This record gives sequence, structure tokens and C-alpha cells, in this order.
Amino acid sequence: MTLISEQYDIAIIGAGHAGCEAALAGARLGKQVILFTVSADSIAMMPCNPNIGGTSKGHLVREVDALGGEMGRNIDKTFIQSRMLNKSKGPAVYSLRAQADKQRYSAEMRKTLENTPGLKIRQTEVRSIDIENGAVVSVTTVSGAVYYCKAAILCTGTYLRARCIYGEVSMATGPNGLPAANLLTESLVNAGIRVRRFKTGTPARVDARSLDFSRMEEQPGDVPITPFSFETDPESIQKPQVSCWLTYTNEETHQIIRDNLDRSPLFSGVIEGTGPRYCPSIEDKVVRFAEKDRHQLFLEPEGLYTNEMYISGMSSSMPEDVQERMIHTVPGMEHAHIVRNAYAIEYDCLDATQLKASLEFKEIKGLFSAGQSNGSSGYEEAAAQGLMAGINAVRLINGEEPIVLDRSQAYIGVLIDDLITKETNEPYRMMTSRAEYRLLLRQDNADLRLTKIGYEAGLIPQERYERLLKKESQINSEIERVGKVFLGVRSEVQELLAQRGSTPLISGASLSELIKRPELDYEILAPLDKERPKLPADVREQVNIAIKYEGYIRRQEEQVERFKKLEVKRIPADTDYDKIGSLRLEARQKLKKLRPESLGQASRISGVSPADISVLNVWLEKNRRAGEHE
Amino acid sequence: MKQYRDDDTIAAISSGMTEAGIGIVRVSGPEALKIAEKTVRIGGKPASDLQANTVHVGLLMQGDTVLDQAVVLTMRAPKSYTGEDVVELQCHGGPYLLRRVLQTVLDAGARLAMPGEFTRRAFLNGRMDLSQAEAVMDLIGSHSEYERASAMDQLSGSFSSRINDLRSRILYETAFLEAAVDDPEHISTEGYAERLAAVVKEIRAQIADMIQAAENARVFKAGIRTVILGSPNVGKSSILNLLLGSERAIVTEIPGTTRDVLEEAVRVGDLTLLLADTAGIRRSEDTVERIGIELAEKKAEAADLILYVIDAAQPASQQELMQAAKWVKNKKAILLLNKTDLPQAADVGAIREITGLEPLSFSARTGEGRKELYDKILTIFSDMLPASGEYEAAANLRHLEELRTADKSLALVEEAIAAGMPEDLFTIDLMDAYTALSRIVGDAASEALVDEIFSKFCMGK
Repeated sequence: MTLISEQYDIAIIGAGHAGCEAALAGARLGKQVILFTVSADSIAMMPCNPNIGGTSKGHLVREVDALGGEMGRNIDKTFIQSRMLNKSKGPAVYSLRAQADKQRYSAEMRKTLENTPGLKIRQTEVRSIDIENGAVVSVTTVSGAVYYCKAAILCTGTYLRARCIYGEVSMATGPNGLPAANLLTESLVNAGIRVRRFKTGTPARVDARSLDFSRMEEQPGDVPITPFSFETDPESIQKPQVSCWLTYTNEETHQIIRDNLDRSPLFSGVIEGTGPRYCPSIEDKVVRFAEKDRHQLFLEPEGLYTNEMYISGMSSSMPEDVQERMIHTVPGMEHAHIVRNAYAIEYDCLDATQLKASLEFKEIKGLFSAGQSNGSSGYEEAAAQGLMAGINAVRLINGEEPIVLDRSQAYIGVLIDDLITKETNEPYRMMTSRAEYRLLLRQDNADLRLTKIGYEAGLIPQERYERLLKKESQINSEIERVGKVFLGVRSEVQELLAQRGSTPLISGASLSELIKRPELDYEILAPLDKERPKLPADVREQVNIAIKYEGYIRRQEEQVERFKKLEVKRIPADTDYDKIGSLRLEARQKLKKLRPESLGQASRISGVSPADISVLNVWLEKNRRAGEHE
Repeated sequence: MKQYRDDDTIAAISSGMTEAGIGIVRVSGPEALKIAEKTVRIGGKPASDLQANTVHVGLLMQGDTVLDQAVVLTMRAPKSYTGEDVVELQCHGGPYLLRRVLQTVLDAGARLAMPGEFTRRAFLNGRMDLSQAEAVMDLIGSHSEYERASAMDQLSGSFSSRINDLRSRILYETAFLEAAVDDPEHISTEGYAERLAAVVKEIRAQIADMIQAAENARVFKAGIRTVILGSPNVGKSSILNLLLGSERAIVTEIPGTTRDVLEEAVRVGDLTLLLADTAGIRRSEDTVERIGIELAEKKAEAADLILYVIDAAQPASQQELMQAAKWVKNKKAILLLNKTDLPQAADVGAIREITGLEPLSFSARTGEGRKELYDKILTIFSDMLPASGEYEAAANLRHLEELRTADKSLALVEEAIAAGMPEDLFTIDLMDAYTALSRIVGDAASEALVDEIFSKFCMGK
């Protein structure tokens, strides 16, 4: 007998960073949304590092914000330190990172969810996804309650059949001792979904009172502070910041680890899941980089109302006593008191190659998946997928085409394309180097790239959209104006150039030409530019970058043109790869398994060679022509 | 775009279409063995269950008619030229006979192969890369030891491996830059720009070598572009006519050269001279004369060899000699002292001093000095010929264009380093260079390019 039966548009399983964005997008676009969580106290929890952003992840947060997502606004409300990384390496790779007050981050997000009309939170465990005729019809909870829905989004994070391990201790819980979700995997497997087992880990937390910061190097925040959200007024968030602290492991630390490797569940085989290469545990680092005599450790505060400090760089699954001893070898941590142990966590996630670029399952209508359940790692990666899955679930219900960002539009596009195309066998972390066209995908221009798309999706209010249009037109007219300002060989000009160590002019030059010189920029040349209009800082920044890197931007745009040629060639979903004779066996198998949506996507599948792409291209062309003749 | 199917069975006559001892019909594709079974009778019975990698002797049948005796070679995919099942029917080599055999094979279910299609399939099936496929074409078309040896070198993959070596070096640097950007807290890029500058310089030097080698190859393959220069009435036309004389070859239209000036080919030993006929335009009214001079000078600037003519029967003016010196300075050049059959008036000492060249006595009327001229040309250009046994594959025109593209991108990297640009920007041009090099070996080949290349093959290869 069914005890409870309710009707919603969208059911979302999991209220982590993916689930929150998906739920907000769904509800803000007018749908009735139910958000399930195993613990309503743990919404938008940050179970690992206490920060948002960082290299390439900062880009994701900016993009989420530009599309109308919540993460950027939420961290602007709750950060306690902020830094722009990579400032010496060029505008494409500037990356914003903010330390969060974890509890406040979670509480603020919960408040936002609770105050969003059409969004309901329900604490329970979902037992099954119910599918009829290849489409989702409902989800059923552990108590047997049935929630009918037109779409469901899996945002199960690291909770599916989760197991936390350190040393000989293994507990069947999710992160932070929260209950694991042990029932859902079976339902997914029965629905034909391929499931994999991944592993990740987190370092210990120590009490700040037990640390000697005089033996560490202080890492203060930036002044002034740059906000994450394009909607946040920079003036409104300038405030005192909390420092992080840098220290190092040493030979003694490494010796303790080496002596106890046989007690590490990672090396003894207790842990079966595949861990991330890009975020290795300290024991992994000591084994793999045996030649390094020290590793960096950052001590990061977990919030303003706690003394807990996160030891970044020291994730581990060593036994408790080994953890204690190795931590005590580190300068400044000789007497550290451990509040929480480091541990590794194993969990079930899905093979994301079963998804379309919309994040809907190819074979199950209305079922979407986002976040760590897709094999990614990181809060920002999760939020980005959650937002896109939320938008596309709504569009599916409305009978609209999904919104798919490609690799030349956004890091989000790179992230999703990689997840659904590359059969990654370890947790996937966003990286700057994964974005081929990163000079165009800067964190500073995410609004110019994506806010129009967010507006079309319905997540950007009219006034914000109009502000964007105004910004665009200001940028364009200023670039044009600056190109027409000519500077003669005047003493005023020569003096300023000399002052900046720049070669004096021999004949007249335009302001644009001078901005291109590495030692000069738009702001420096202001005194020579008498007619300059008063413009907001973000407009001036765009003008400077557009002029300074014009040649590079143009060449990257040419690369994008070439990339798009393959991208626009769609491969019909019903393509019979067995009928295409000269495909090599390996390519044929991969193509049959992944069923790419475009020739471009096909070209990125490992095991599919350029020659295979040629074959496929000819075949598509032939079919297209045959279709025209019919 | 040509409409290829890549999954059916193709056949063609793979030997030449002249009467010969042996002729070959090649069949490739999934039905190759079955088709052979239908057309061959072995030991008085229709062939059945032909095993792969075997040799048989049998009778080629068209219906009940015995066409010929044949040796039947079978090769199983992927260990064949095309990477597919292949059967070669080796019969006697007559054009009529071969056409009948081919027709029989086509009747049994094969399709006539397009030009280059066997090699195209070898490429598509991963048996060779694009530059190796092109080498097959060059090898077949070679006319000299130089061309044969360099095509063979390319087919062996050594050209590809040189390109791939450059590609992997570029990729290494890109990977380092990207790692540094991803992990700024652990990887320092201090001093990296200088290291990269050194690497880029070295790669550009290698590309320059390849471009030079390709230039040399062009000289040997297409001919030495030669222009005869000199003041009016020194005998340029007579010299041209003498050189062309009985050795006058067909008029060539070299692609890319201006058609306002005809080029005629003359063989000199192993070399070909492409003589630009600029002299004839001369004797006309002033305006046309001026155009003629301009054309001749334009030709001369692009020439591989300049023959500068001075009249031995006239005292040469200082101005004329300065003009000669200008032309012969940075070029391969030979100074011809023409009309030595007449009384001498030119000051050989002054000529030598001003031009820095030893003039060659010549008479267009008697033919004196012609042999010496040819010897001199051979001497000059033999330097460019690689030593025997060291023939290296040289870039063809398509490769040359990509090498230049890659070089241009690398020059931009050098510029950016010199200007102190942020490091991440280097990767844009590094990747452009990488992609251009990748196109040479076909790793980033577009379909249009593949078709273009294979359309140049003749039938049956």
C-alpha cells in the first residue's frame, strides 16, 4: 500500500552543491521541485576543503553566476578570505579563490532554498527511480512514499554505498559520519545504468589553539577583494580577512609514512576505488614523488566560529596513530590536537558516458545526473552540472531544446563534454589546461559570454540583462574610440613612456598601439587621453584586455572556427556503426558504446583516430545527400 | 567531394598498360577472397576455401572461357597493403587480356577502384600516415636516383618521424606551461621563458633546414629556374637560342610562375634548366621595353641561376659592370663574356674586379664555351645534391606550406617571449604550430585534404 503519493515536476536526489543549483534553477523557472536529502542540516555542506574557486574552478563559479546560478552569490555572502591566483601568468588564467565559513555557507544556501517558491525540502532516503516505457515516472523513498515527477535529477555525490576508511577502521557512512544511501544503486543498476566505484579523501582537521603559527608563513588575503558574483558590488564586501598558513612536510614525515605503508588501506588493497591523480593523498605523494624532500601544506580556517583548521595537502587514509605522528613532525604542528581524522571515502558513481550533453540519460527519458555522481570531484564542478541539469530538466518538461554549452563557450562546456566523452577512470577535476580556448574563456568575461544564454533560459532578470547590454556597448564604443586617439611625439608622451621604461615614440602612434606594449596598459596611459569618458572598472578592464591581447584573441578565434567545423556535424542518434565498413574495430566499439552527438565529440573519444573520423565524415555526408534525394 | 565508399570490394589493374611479361589485377575488400574463388579454377575445379597468405596456380575463367593462367596471391586483413583482405591475380601482361580479367572480377562483384583508392584505404586503415601515402605517389613518379631515394626515405617513415619529433617537443613545452598554470602553488615558471626561447630557436632551425632541403628538392625535381640578363645587344637571345637549339624541350607551364614569360626546359646532365625567355620581349618600343625589363628583373629575383652576359667586343662601362655586380652578388650566377669570336675590347681585369667573378669566354655564334658552361652549372649545383646514400625525404609543396605556417607561429612565440608577454599566451601559437605539423602526417587531416591527396594517384595504386 502506498502511504504517501505526491506530484511534482522535478525530483532531485541529493542537496549538495549540484542538488542546490538544480533545485533553485527548476523552481526559479516555475516548476514544482522536491529536493531530497539524507540530512536537512547538511544542505550545501563542504565536507572537504573550506574554499570555493581556485584555478579553473573559479571560472566555473563565475560561469554559474553569469547563467543565473547561486554559488557565486552565496560565497560572496560567506567568505572570510579572498585571493586572485596566477596574476603573473596572463588574464586567461587569473583565478579567484575564496575561503568560506563552512557553516555560514551551508546556512545561507539553506535559507535561499527555503525562501524560494515552488521548492520543497524533504529529509529521507530515496530507494528507487521508477521507470516506465523508458521514461522516469516517480521516485520512491525508503518508507515507500511515492513522488511522481516528470523529471528526476541524480545528485547523489559521494553517498551511494559510501564507506569511510582510515587504517583498519571502515565505516559504512557518507562524509562527516552522515548516513550513506545504500539502496539506490541497485535500482539504478536494474535500470541498465553502469555504475563504477571511485575513491577520494580528506585531510585531518586540527585545533588552531594547538598550532604554532610563528613557525609558518602567513598567507593573507588580497586587498581589494574581488567578488565572485557579477551582481555583487565590490564596495559592499571589503572587510577584514582571516589568513591561511604555509608549512612543509619533511624527511621525518615521509619516513613515518614509508614505515607504515603496509598499514595503509590504499596500498594493502582494502580500498578498491580509483582515486584522483590530481588530488593525491600524502602517502601517494611520498611514494610517487620519492625524489621530493618536502611537500607544501596550507592550514586553512574552517570558519569564524570554530577553531578547526583544514590541513590542505595532507589527505590520508593512514591509521589514526600514524596520522598523529606524521602531523607532529611538521613545523608549527608539533603539538597539534586532531579534531577530526583524515579519511578516504569510497562511493558508487555512474558512468557519465551514458549521458547526453544535456546531462539526461541517453536511454532513460527524464532522468538526469549531475555532480560527483557523474565521476567529477569538487564543489564547483558539481554546482555547474547541477545548474545545467536543472535548466535542461525544465526545458525537457516544456518541450524545448536543451541548452548545451560547447568547449569554445565555457569551462562548463569543457567539463560536461569531457565527462560524457572521455571514459575517465578517476574522479575528474576541472583544470585550466583542459580548456583549449581559455584566452576566450576568461573569468572576467563570463557575463559577456553567458548572461545572454542565462536570460534566454529565464534565469536572468530583465534589468540584469539590460545592464549587460549597456556594458557591452560601452566596451565596444570605448575600444573604437581608443583606436582613433592619436598621440604625437610630444614631450608629455615621451616623459610618461620614459617613466614606465618604454621606448620613446619616433612617429605618432594610436593609443591602442601603446596599450599593446607589455609595460603599459589602458590605465597607465590615462593622463595622455584627455577625452576619456568615465567608465566603470569592469568596462575598463575589458577594454584593456581586448586591445592588449587583440592578436592572440583573434588567433584563438580562428582556432575556434576550425573546431566548430566538426562540432556542427551532427551524428544521428540511430546511426548503425556496423554498417560503416572501414571503421576500425576499436573505434566501432567505442562509437557504439558512447553514441556521440557530433563528429567533434566523436573525435575526442579515445581510440577513435583521425582516419576513423574521415570515414565517419564521408559516411555522414553520403547519408545527408541520400536524404536530400529522397 | 568525391563519393567514396570505404566498405566495399574494389579492383583495378595494378601493373602498367603496356605489353609485358606479367600483369597484375589487385582486389581488396571484404569480398576479395570470394571473388577470387568465383573467377579462378584450380586443379580443374572451381577454387574453394582459399586460405589467406597462400599462393596458388590456376586458370582464370570468364564463364566457361579460359582467359589465362594465373598465380593467385591471398593476403588476409590486416596484414596486407590496404589493411583489408587482398587478392592479387598475376597473369600475362597484355592490355587487352588485363582488361578482360578485370571485367571478370568486376562481374563477380568488385567495383572499379578510383585513382589512389588502394593507398587511401591503407591510410584509412592505419597502415601508413599521410606523408607516407604521398611517398608512394612520389616513388612511382620518380625519374632519378635523388627522387627515388628521397621518396623511399619518406615512405619508410623517417620524414614523419622527424616531424613527429618536433611535434612532441612542442607538446612537451605546452604541457609544462599548462601544468604550471594549473598548479601555481607548486610549479614555478621562473626563467622558463628563456628556456622556451632556446627550444623554439632550435625547432625553427630544424624547420629552416627542412624548408631548405625542400627548396633544393624543387631544383632537382622541377628544374633550375634560370634567367639570362645583360644590357641590350650583348647577345642574350642568341645565347638562349643556342642553349635551346636541338635540345629545345617542350614548353612547360610551371604552376605559380607568371605566364607572361615562357619557360623552356633544357637537360644538362642530370639536371634540368628552366630557361626564362625574357629576351624576346626586348626589341620594341620604349614602354614595352620597360615592361620587358621589369618582367626580366622580377624573374631574376626569383631565379635559382643567373647567366649575366657581357659583350666582349665592346668596352664595358663602369655603370654596366656595377649593374652586373648587383645581380650576381647574392645569387648563384655565371658571368658570360660573349662574342669572343670578335676582336676583344672589354677589360677583363675590371670585370673580374667589379663583379668578383671570373668571366667565362663564350660565343653564341660558334658555340665556344658551351661545354664549359654546362660543366660549371653541374659544379655549382652538385653542392646542393646530398652525398650519395644520404638522400633524405624532402617536403613536398603541401608540407612546405605547413612548415611555413608552423614557422610563422613559432616566430610569434619568439616575439611574445621577447616582448615579455604572459606565459600562458605562448600556448596559443605553440598549438597552432603543432596543428600545422600534425597536418603534414595527417593527424589532423580534413576530409577535403585526404581526397585532394588521393585524387593525384593514378589508377590501381
